[in-house]
Amino acid sequence: MARILLQSKSAAVNPLKSSQPLGAAFAFLGVDGAMPLFHGSQGCTSFALVLFVRHFKEAIPLQTTAMDEVATILGAADHLEEAILNLKNRTKPKLIGVCTTALVETRGEDCAGDIANIKLKHTQELAGTEVVLANTPDFDGAIEEGWARAVTAMIEGITRSGERARHPKKIAILPGCNLTVADVEHMRDMVESFGLKPVILPDISGSLDGTVPDRWVATTYGGTSVEDIRELGTAMQCIAIGEHMRRPAKALLGLTGVPYVLFQSLTGLQDTDRFVSLLSSISGAAVPARVRRRRAQLQDAMLDGHFHFGGKKIAIAAEPDQLFQLATFFAGLGSEIAAAVTTTDRSKILEKVPAVSVQIGDLGDLESLAVGADLLVTHSHGRQASERLRIPLMRIGFPVFDRLGSQHKLAILYQGTRDLIFEVANIFQANQHAPTPEALDPLRNREISHERCSPPLAGQ
Amino acid sequence: MSSLSAKIKDAFDEPACDKNRGKDAKARKEGCSKSLTPGAAAGGCAFDGAKIVLQPITDVAHLVHAPLACEGNSWDNRGAVSSGPTLWRTSFTTDLTELDLVMGQGERKLFKAIREIKHTYAPPAIFVYSTCVTALIGDDIEAVCKRATEKFGLAVVPINAPGLAGSKNLGNKLAAEALLDHVIGTVEPDDPGPYDINILGEFNLSGEFWLVKPLLDRLGIRVRACIPGDARYRDIASAHRARAAMMVCSTALISLARKMEERWDIPFFEGSFYGISDTSQALRNLVRLLVRKGADPEILERTETLIAQQEAIAWKKLESYRQRLQGKRVLLNTGGVKSWSVVHALMEIGIEIVGTSVKKSTVQDKERIKQVLKHDKHMFESMAARELYAMLSEHRADIMLSGGRTQFIALKAKTPWLDINQERQHPYAGYDGMVELVRQIDLAIHNPIWSQVRQPAPWDCQPDLIGELPCTRNETAYLFDEFACATAHEC
Repeated sequence: MARILLQSKSAAVNPLKSSQPLGAAFAFLGVDGAMPLFHGSQGCTSFALVLFVRHFKEAIPLQTTAMDEVATILGAADHLEEAILNLKNRTKPKLIGVCTTALVETRGEDCAGDIANIKLKHTQELAGTEVVLANTPDFDGAIEEGWARAVTAMIEGITRSGERARHPKKIAILPGCNLTVADVEHMRDMVESFGLKPVILPDISGSLDGTVPDRWVATTYGGTSVEDIRELGTAMQCIAIGEHMRRPAKALLGLTGVPYVLFQSLTGLQDTDRFVSLLSSISGAAVPARVRRRRAQLQDAMLDGHFHFGGKKIAIAAEPDQLFQLATFFAGLGSEIAAAVTTTDRSKILEKVPAVSVQIGDLGDLESLAVGADLLVTHSHGRQASERLRIPLMRIGFPVFDRLGSQHKLAILYQGTRDLIFEVANIFQANQHAPTPEALDPLRNREISHERCSPPLAGQ
Repeated sequence: MSSLSAKIKDAFDEPACDKNRGKDAKARKEGCSKSLTPGAAAGGCAFDGAKIVLQPITDVAHLVHAPLACEGNSWDNRGAVSSGPTLWRTSFTTDLTELDLVMGQGERKLFKAIREIKHTYAPPAIFVYSTCVTALIGDDIEAVCKRATEKFGLAVVPINAPGLAGSKNLGNKLAAEALLDHVIGTVEPDDPGPYDINILGEFNLSGEFWLVKPLLDRLGIRVRACIPGDARYRDIASAHRARAAMMVCSTALISLARKMEERWDIPFFEGSFYGISDTSQALRNLVRLLVRKGADPEILERTETLIAQQEAIAWKKLESYRQRLQGKRVLLNTGGVKSWSVVHALMEIGIEIVGTSVKKSTVQDKERIKQVLKHDKHMFESMAARELYAMLSEHRADIMLSGGRTQFIALKAKTPWLDINQERQHPYAGYDGMVELVRQIDLAIHNPIWSQVRQPAPWDCQPDLIGELPCTRNETAYLFDEFACATAHEC
């Protein structure tokens, strides 16, 4: 069981976190016709917007209530009302997802009450538009919590409650924020190959997959439909992916009685086997031949790839569920998790991370813990540490702003695990150091070289 | 926050600003911040603006006193470049948690953070930024900075520009105020000279100031401080000993220029290093100011010689693009002055300007634009995304030059686009920079992807619809021929 080390510094150095409202907006962006709205000053929105755009290389719908000094002192309910009405009139969204920020939460505003009043006051004007609130102050949590809170808010605010007639083939899937567009697309294919009908919330594969629509759309253009969210209660089964999705899955269970199964990770042979078995038993269908073929490909990739992983020291910094997903992947191929850094101590998954300890911290912590590691695994901001330590960086998570196509990188199920093995093995091969007489000299620095030995030939 | 509101009032009453001078007394009193419309606002906050201006100072530790988002969502995202120190790219924030706020530990945590930074990085100065939440809970960063300065014996500078104070532009001004109050004039240089100048408002994006500096070097002019691009703390602290200053195409730092003139008698002019004639004019103005302040007048002639040489080379290089770019239509969609500076050179080689945004332009700028463009209708304050998309998708321009905010409107409309704002990848200043800009326009317009991505999928050109679709009968026939050919070859 990993020991959780709390942060003791006062100055965070090179933050690992992105903010909680950004995570909530991210989830709202996976809904069709959505417009996320930050309740705070305009800078909160501008920073998040720029970060999204740098990551996705897309126009991102995101608006602000633009709180100023007066609103900060006298209260910002008017700003919220004006913003919601303006958005409704200008962009005609199907969903306005309000994400609170530190500013409005520090004031202690009753945003839920404000929204209830606004809805009551403008029932007709707001017809056809759902307004949902996620309480996401920046001083708490990070992307994962924000994402999960937004999904919970959508279920609690939109899904029709009560036991419903269940559709035997319908599966509700609640993916965590660490799943990419490619992951979601691939998972849908997999579920459909069993004759099942998946409803995925949020579905970023429909809205953030980078396409060229034939007209200008101010909201998202694709993703889960509001109607599908409303009808989630008719699903036979709910599948949640990532520990942070337990809360929304529980909310759905409480509201509609739809039972859930939670997968902490879908990367790796065994987790995928469990997932596939579940689909097979729900659908009553045999595992299709092409899925079996993928499994065999993964077995072969593990056989070919394990030479490169054994004994390697990996330093990972990521949000809790992604940290778990990657750490179990690397450990499962024989690597050692030399450093594990994450954003918050709230997640139960952390003690399961296959590392001696998990540091709650930042990329400054990663940089000092990763000395002597063979690979850094974190988002693009790890580039400075990578340069200084001269250790290659594998970019994962959010934001990835200095490489193209991160959303189309697959990392789950048989195929994604196979691809991940190849990617990592190729990074190791590209950064191999040829053996030299000095490095191999048995009489030179015997103690140190023994202590630090990665594979004796490839290391140093 | 009485001192902050006094600062804001002062920042908005700028006698050296054209736009401000053009207003009547009442309008001037209201300041230049437009109130924002909730649900229809864009752009950064005052903190953002302050950070933009100060962060390129490369050897300073920039510490943001805030919950995570202010710094966590925005760090290491600028295109400014350093020739040495890298500390400015390291992000520092107090990352206040709920507990910190509830327990009122903000100031303590800030003080400790300053100590940690001092011990680990030993920078010449630490800049401490206040933000919305820390302003709201009443953390007195000025007091903390003062105490830290005394205790640690290094400059700890409070930057009081919380986001809720207003727009990015206001933040620029408040940053300048902080430099005036706490930095400039605090260090006496031991080597002042008659050819020392300051450049204000140059950010060294993509290193573009390095396209200009060699020209100044050649003339024997020394840049005492370039604020903020590639600056060191000591350069700025001793900037008050320069003989002349140039304020580069941005009204953001005009108050800095004016107050430095008042306090230290450093005359300045507004100029630009974008465009060929503007670059030449900037060099001329600089040396004239230096001569006025006592430099040897022989520099005037040397400057003219250098200008003549460099202009001839640049125009010769540009001439080679004339044939490829003659008649191409450019839409400029960015803050006024910057775009304006390049218009002349673009038109000189036959490029047509089909529209320009005048959102940030002064009355004078607008007059100049009117004269050159001939049609008022080509000037617009700002254009809604939908309109811009319509204009571009109807191919009413061959390329749009703008900032990242409108990038995807152009790209989704399948129109060539070039970034001329802060995230741009290429240096555009000086003579060589103008040539580079034209080269990039040429590359963007003539990239072979455009004809490919605009082509509809072949199965969407069904015979009965051909008349209505952009795909003509001839092209379709050709397509099928080619297809047939390919098949024949394979068989």
